[in-house]
Amino acid sequence: MKKPFFGLTRPKLAYSGIDDTGPDIQEIPVPERIFFSRQIKKGEGPTISRGQEVRTGQRLRPLEDMRVCVTATATGVIGDVSVETDYSGRTTLSMSIETEPKDRWDPEFEQAGISAQSEDVLSYLSALPGISDLIPLVRRENPLDTILVSGFDRDLLTATNQLSLKTGAANLARGIEVMKQMTGVNRVMVAAPPSLASEAERGGVEVRILNPLYPGADPRLLVRSILGTTVLPSRPLTDVNVGVVSAEGVIAMGRAFQDQRPPVSKLLTVIGKDNRPVAVRARIGTPVGHLLNTLHIEVSGGDRLVLGGPMAGKGIYSVDVPIGPDTDAVMVQDKDHVIPPSSEPCINCGECVRACPARVPVNMLIRLLENGLYEEAAQQYDLLSCIECGLCSYVCMMRIPIFHYIMLGKHELALSGYLEESHG
Amino acid sequence: MDNPTLFVSSHAPYWHNGARLSVKNCHIMIAALPAVIMGIYQYGAPALGVVALSVAAAMIWELLMNLVLRRPVSIGDGSAALTGLIFAMLLPATTPWWTVVLGAFLAIVVAKQIYGGIGCNPLNPALVAIAIIFLSWQGIVDFDEALADYDLGCVMAYPLTALKYFGTSAISDFSAADLLMGRHAGAIGATFGLGLLAGGIYLMLRGMIRWEISLSFLAGVFVTALLFYLADSQKYAGPLFHLLTGYTLIGAFFLATEDSSSPVNFIPMLIYGACAGILTVLIRNIGAFVDGTVFAILMMNVANPLIDKIRPKALGGGMKHA
Repeated sequence: MKKPFFGLTRPKLAYSGIDDTGPDIQEIPVPERIFFSRQIKKGEGPTISRGQEVRTGQRLRPLEDMRVCVTATATGVIGDVSVETDYSGRTTLSMSIETEPKDRWDPEFEQAGISAQSEDVLSYLSALPGISDLIPLVRRENPLDTILVSGFDRDLLTATNQLSLKTGAANLARGIEVMKQMTGVNRVMVAAPPSLASEAERGGVEVRILNPLYPGADPRLLVRSILGTTVLPSRPLTDVNVGVVSAEGVIAMGRAFQDQRPPVSKLLTVIGKDNRPVAVRARIGTPVGHLLNTLHIEVSGGDRLVLGGPMAGKGIYSVDVPIGPDTDAVMVQDKDHVIPPSSEPCINCGECVRACPARVPVNMLIRLLENGLYEEAAQQYDLLSCIECGLCSYVCMMRIPIFHYIMLGKHELALSGYLEESHG
Repeated sequence: MDNPTLFVSSHAPYWHNGARLSVKNCHIMIAALPAVIMGIYQYGAPALGVVALSVAAAMIWELLMNLVLRRPVSIGDGSAALTGLIFAMLLPATTPWWTVVLGAFLAIVVAKQIYGGIGCNPLNPALVAIAIIFLSWQGIVDFDEALADYDLGCVMAYPLTALKYFGTSAISDFSAADLLMGRHAGAIGATFGLGLLAGGIYLMLRGMIRWEISLSFLAGVFVTALLFYLADSQKYAGPLFHLLTGYTLIGAFFLATEDSSSPVNFIPMLIYGACAGILTVLIRNIGAFVDGTVFAILMMNVANPLIDKIRPKALGGGMKHA
């Protein structure tokens, strides 16, 4: 990934497609242990205890607060359960399941006759891919205008969502129907790259084909290019009555109602040290280390482990971290390819300004952020317009960790209560 | 610990396009070489001496300032060397050694390091140096005076001086081909028009300089000179003459495009370049100085922070304030 030889225009990074992973999906066997964690409110003790038997697909309510639900993604017994509060005041419930090799499916979903309109339908879907995008869209008293189903992947080298659409198009129409009933939204559109046009058509709703150029598949940019609406990125898209969900999530939902079993596994792209993506399917909660062992990817000290893709993924520091319902990719970067950030100053070359899809004046923004002037950065230089694509750091010839500074700025503003104030 | 593998964790992105400042500066220096080599070929060892001394002095001043200010040593990024090279390109071959060393001091220390080093200089360092030298010791950078002992087998006069004091009749001796091929008196690296054009086009195609600035600067010079020429062709020289003489070409490709002192947004880049071009010709035609490029670009450097405030609305329309 080098700067192009001719550079009159801004860099164009194309998303990867299914051609890069190939159409095969490798099944990852159920690991010996599966992990879950949820952020919860402080002061609640777990009501679930070690040794309790669980079955695949069983809805667990591990706390007195009945709203916290976890889907057991394998059969076995509960291992450790703990509730811990970290230094920043966040309380996390963590639990594990010691699995059995053979799945016994829990019959509750089928027997309870869950439908899309059921009051507690979402509590059965806590392992649904992309669930965090879905929950805010369910506003029964005040439904949204439009939901976009995205057939794009959010990061480079990732083909998870595209592969889901390719292989699961049969369930797309059913998923869209379920989602319409669940959210009360009438207008649903599917956005997809040209290579998946025929699969997108099978949803039976309006289809928009877009060129897969990074970061055009970002939900906010999708909404801007398809619906022409924007909202300040620090506010949710639901403010303008629009929602974006992944095709993978919609298809998984369609399949869940077809099979009468809640989703328990997730498609994901594993990007090895050679930058070659491989598509796998694994149970939600599988530790990253188990994935890497199965695929014979060796990791050693100094390498980098990332949940997500190369542009906007999140760095992790242990192979025990489990994959979640929103983990689309796992990337391993060899230590020889790790590019350290620098503490050099900005030289005002303007590459970042020309690369920024949100038209943020990054050259000025970084000067304020480096000096901790976060409120001024938001007021004068559009800190809150950032859509977090990472292109500014990618093109910075001084290797300034601009994206990191931006996230720090946003974090500090959130802590100071500035966001609530300015949004009224 | 049961898992001793330590990973490197950091914030996204994990890829980089590989661009480096040192590489960029290398490319700019390579692009400047044709003009410099032509200058050395024409003026011989004295020109080589000025170029070598200027580059060396600039780097030494930078290193000294790094040590004095206890900052990381930054001569490896090539920007001091580039400033030294460009400063030398603006000088006549006969410049005395102390002027070169002093100019390098003015460029690196006065115009750059005291503002905080690279990226913080509000003005182009090489231009600050040449402007101060020009205002303080006019004889040194008066090309006719400085190059009086040279005979390159062509009209050995500085075209802009000839125009200023002897009118358009004096410049009929210079054909466009002469000006392009450096067959006239001038600075070491500013007379070989073809070399500068080739270097500039290379830099624009590679994205090393912002083409918007270079082209709008040339357009500004061309249009303004054309208007003057159309108004009174007896008194004013044609646009092509202005494009190929003085510091116009080196200004368009190597001076106006200096990163720190020029805008980064599209419309501001056009305004900046065009205004610098217009001012250049205004100073040449109705101002007091023979060549206006230096002061035109410096003036636009000063205006840069203001111009660069013209920018597109960010996603979400920016913040609303109560």
